[in-house]
Amino acid sequence: MQNKRFISFADAVKDIADGSSIMIGGFGPGTPHNLTRALYETTSARDLTLILNSAGTGSRADLITPANFIDERRARKVIMAFTASTHPSNRSKMEELIESGEVDSELVPQGSLAERIRAGGAGIPAFYTPTGVGTQTAEGKEHREFNGRMHVMEYALNADYAFVRAKKCDEFGNLVFQGSERNFNPIMAMAAKTTIVEVEEIVPIGSIDPNQVHLSGIYVQRIVQIPPDGIFHVARVGPTAV
Amino acid sequence: MGERLTRDMMAARITAEFQDGWIANLGVGMPTMCSDYLPAEKSIILHSENGLIGYGRNATVEEATPYVVNAGVLPVMLTPHAAVVHHADAFAVIRGGHLDVGVLGAYEVAMNGDLANWKTDPKKRGGGIGGAMDIAACAKRIFVLMEHQTRDGRPRLLKRCNLPLTAPGVVSLVMTDLGLFEAAGDHFVVHETAPGFTLEEIQAVTEAPLIAAPNMREVQLS
Repeated sequence: MQNKRFISFADAVKDIADGSSIMIGGFGPGTPHNLTRALYETTSARDLTLILNSAGTGSRADLITPANFIDERRARKVIMAFTASTHPSNRSKMEELIESGEVDSELVPQGSLAERIRAGGAGIPAFYTPTGVGTQTAEGKEHREFNGRMHVMEYALNADYAFVRAKKCDEFGNLVFQGSERNFNPIMAMAAKTTIVEVEEIVPIGSIDPNQVHLSGIYVQRIVQIPPDGIFHVARVGPTAV
Repeated sequence: MGERLTRDMMAARITAEFQDGWIANLGVGMPTMCSDYLPAEKSIILHSENGLIGYGRNATVEEATPYVVNAGVLPVMLTPHAAVVHHADAFAVIRGGHLDVGVLGAYEVAMNGDLANWKTDPKKRGGGIGGAMDIAACAKRIFVLMEHQTRDGRPRLLKRCNLPLTAPGVVSLVMTDLGLFEAAGDHFVVHETAPGFTLEEIQAVTEAPLIAAPNMREVQLS
């Protein structure tokens, strides 16, 4: 069996080429901070398309977030549910680059974002949802009425890579999440060609009860254990998820 | 002049509308305060976009774990009947029509129930939608918790929304610091008023026409 274990985050992200698309999990908990930092610090990857809920802020000295890639124009395009802070007082450089169109952006209702990712992994090319009908997010999209109600068509999302964070996995890559850290992680793992997981604990194959596996290792290509000096949890700052 | 309601009073009053057995989603900001006022005699299931089905009050510093947070990324306590699901399943709860109520903050609400809460400048790209569009479009009912006026005093209960919509025609009840209102098509019905305020005083800071409910009274907090 292929060895999925990588010795470092840098090693696990080093082949990510310019122009790649990357899904980044997390909603507060479950954010793969170590992989994001390694991509930022140890590669020169640019022209990236980033698919994620929200990008955090580029202004935290202690943390690299997807916003750093936007601020430095290493991201060509972002697909997110928040491109602006929920508080107008918290305006960021990222927000300005997106408003001015310097970084291409697609703002998606969060449930449609999650379902587009799920559909991508499940082989469903598009679906209809009532969410967004009658709003700016539905403009230019195909509409169709079902059961007397108008729906809008949303396309599936796939990516070259997914960055995922989990609590525990075995050496095959079967994942177990803890609490709210599950969020986008399993569906992104299913929708990407290469899924890279940062994980607190790696155990031998056979030591996780199959009934307790949240995501099969068939969707996982690379695993890296977070070392003692890695980032485990990040204190919440500001009104939205980092 | 009377006394405006505090944010806690607003959260407590709207939460009293929850019915036994309801599944509820509380939006980021003031709506999350509702979790502190859940009526003890009713069983309410709180749902969050990030996959908690069955959480309760906020966790204390001692109780908090970085693994269990609500959609505002605040540590909360799971209830004994809780389950945790992934994001797409969390929105299946919403889109599938399983949510009895969504409580959302807003910038503007129109008398026909239109809701605007994701963008303050219609001309700019981007914004902060989050889960609000799914909740607004798909919950069985939408309650709004917001200040009656903007910081510079402009009305927020309008004839038509000026800002880009989150969803058209979805809001039923609006709780503000001046009372409890119901969107009724071509006006708002005033069910309850902040103590000491007259209908005329509230109308003076409201763009949409207001009509008193037959049993209009001052806000009752049990």
